[in-house]
Amino acid sequence: MSESIHPAVCSAQPSQRADKNPDAPLFEGAYKERFDHILSRYPNKRAALLPVLNMAQELRGWLSPATITRVAELLELTPDYVRSVASFYTMFQLRPVGRHLIQVCIGIGCDLCGAEEVVEDLLEATGTRIGETSRDGKYTVVEVECLGACGFPTVVQVNDKVYENVKPEDVEGLMKELD
Amino acid sequence: MAYPHAHPREARVLSKHFGEKDAIPIDGWIERGGYKALDKALAASPDDITQIVKDSGLRGRGGAGFPTGLKWSFMPKDGGKPNYLACNADESEPGTFKDREIMRWTPHQLIEGCIISSYAIRAKHAYIYIRGEFVDVVRILNQAVVEAYERGYLGKNIKGSGYDLDLTVHLGAGAYIAGEETGLLNSLEGRRAEPRIKPPFPAQRGAFGMPTTVNNVETLAAVPHIVLNGADWYRQWGTSKSPGTKLFSCCGHLQRPGNYEVPLDFNLRDLVFDLCGGPPKGRQLLALIPGGSSVPIMTADEIDCDVSYEGIEAAGSMLGSGGLIAMDDSTCMVRAVRRMVEFYAHESCGQCTNCREGTSWLAKILRRIERGQGREEDLPLLLDIGANMAGKTICPLSDSAAVPVVSAIQKFGREFEAHIQDGRCTAVN
Repeated sequence: MSESIHPAVCSAQPSQRADKNPDAPLFEGAYKERFDHILSRYPNKRAALLPVLNMAQELRGWLSPATITRVAELLELTPDYVRSVASFYTMFQLRPVGRHLIQVCIGIGCDLCGAEEVVEDLLEATGTRIGETSRDGKYTVVEVECLGACGFPTVVQVNDKVYENVKPEDVEGLMKELD
Repeated sequence: MAYPHAHPREARVLSKHFGEKDAIPIDGWIERGGYKALDKALAASPDDITQIVKDSGLRGRGGAGFPTGLKWSFMPKDGGKPNYLACNADESEPGTFKDREIMRWTPHQLIEGCIISSYAIRAKHAYIYIRGEFVDVVRILNQAVVEAYERGYLGKNIKGSGYDLDLTVHLGAGAYIAGEETGLLNSLEGRRAEPRIKPPFPAQRGAFGMPTTVNNVETLAAVPHIVLNGADWYRQWGTSKSPGTKLFSCCGHLQRPGNYEVPLDFNLRDLVFDLCGGPPKGRQLLALIPGGSSVPIMTADEIDCDVSYEGIEAAGSMLGSGGLIAMDDSTCMVRAVRRMVEFYAHESCGQCTNCREGTSWLAKILRRIERGQGREEDLPLLLDIGANMAGKTICPLSDSAAVPVVSAIQKFGREFEAHIQDGRCTAVN
């Protein structure tokens, strides 16, 4: 469980972690405290939606229909509304992803400097196609843009960790680190 | 001067302490003169602070270049409704990574800027809307915010002044359009980040229907320096229309990519060739995008201009966010433009038909040209679609997608024609 977090920053906790439980309760203990802290920072409950979805994803790894319904109840919104908002943002996962979500930046800065080869090597190393989860449930490789670190290409983000200056020859070492 | 490639010709004001780990925690920041400007500001009136910023000529660094002090002066002073500050830290323009470095190395510089600016516009709550992908940066920023609360720079009665301010860090979730100021406000309110029709402007009806000022990270980070040292001091750099210094994020085919801070009258060619070292050895510069992927592409012989807002505009492009993208002669221009357009096609929020359909059409046509399956009528067709996308939508994303296409066809038409007529690429291997 997470430790007590200052109310000012409860709405800004990176969500994509390797350890997640699709059936984790929403929200108990320290997470209930965070939920209350988030609500305390806005003039209405709707404004807490992104931070609360983010926290649900941190716990469960993705936003299942049941998760969306629960978040809607807690914030006095409709499930349809919550789904329409969640589907707008690429970082909200509406289907399960692998333990390691590998995001490769293919924005113009990285593309000019060889991101395509890094993507190909990662797909080969994980035995997957873009957006597909490996059979063992370990990896999902997706192309994203732009990760906002264009001077350090290629940028790869695995869950909540960023790797800069990734070259094709670094892929093997990266995969070992994830195992 | 270790920060990746610090250069003696830079004017490092905001970036002075980049690369110094000790500048990140609050004690290190105070040792470097941090929070002195706040003491000075709290002893003055909010209107005095706004006047100093007006006199300095500081312009918004997010891309639009609107005068900051003037923007602040639109905020109501009567206190009838709560005023808000929203710091736009949703840096997403491809090629731009300056705000990230400000927050990563000098989070307290931004926090101090937020406090002073909130005081000037009489806000009691400030939100920093930071993009969700900045996972490492947000941890650093969060730590700094907690420190600022613990030391009494945030919260009730800041440093005995009677001024109260809360600051909340709010994480985005991956939407380029949340960086558009009204898209940001909708996102902050828990909605899809769809831009709003203006007017009403945020200063009239912003976050939660209340008067709000939206300022970029780099803009807010400049405020403490201006307040502490004065408007004339800031005007020692740049031109009369573009005073001060600006961070340039430099990427693509360069020997020394990274962030450089230069006066706004600095020569663009010198920035590329002297500071960034130019393209890799044996390569020629083919094209340059000076202000993020949504500004017109320049040819290598157009870049002998100064980097001011008006200097780059006279040379045929825009300063934008200062995201400089260099392309050498190994670049396939069709591919580069296709890549940028695909980004806008993905990020279009879909509200306006011209943008939703236009971005996808542009991408589709560029993909077939790149594959060698282009048709004779494709170039006029691209230009026609581009013309129908510009100036016809709620927000500028549509224009942003059309600009690289139209400018590339105008300036690098030969490369598009080679793909269409001969099915070959002119890039040098």
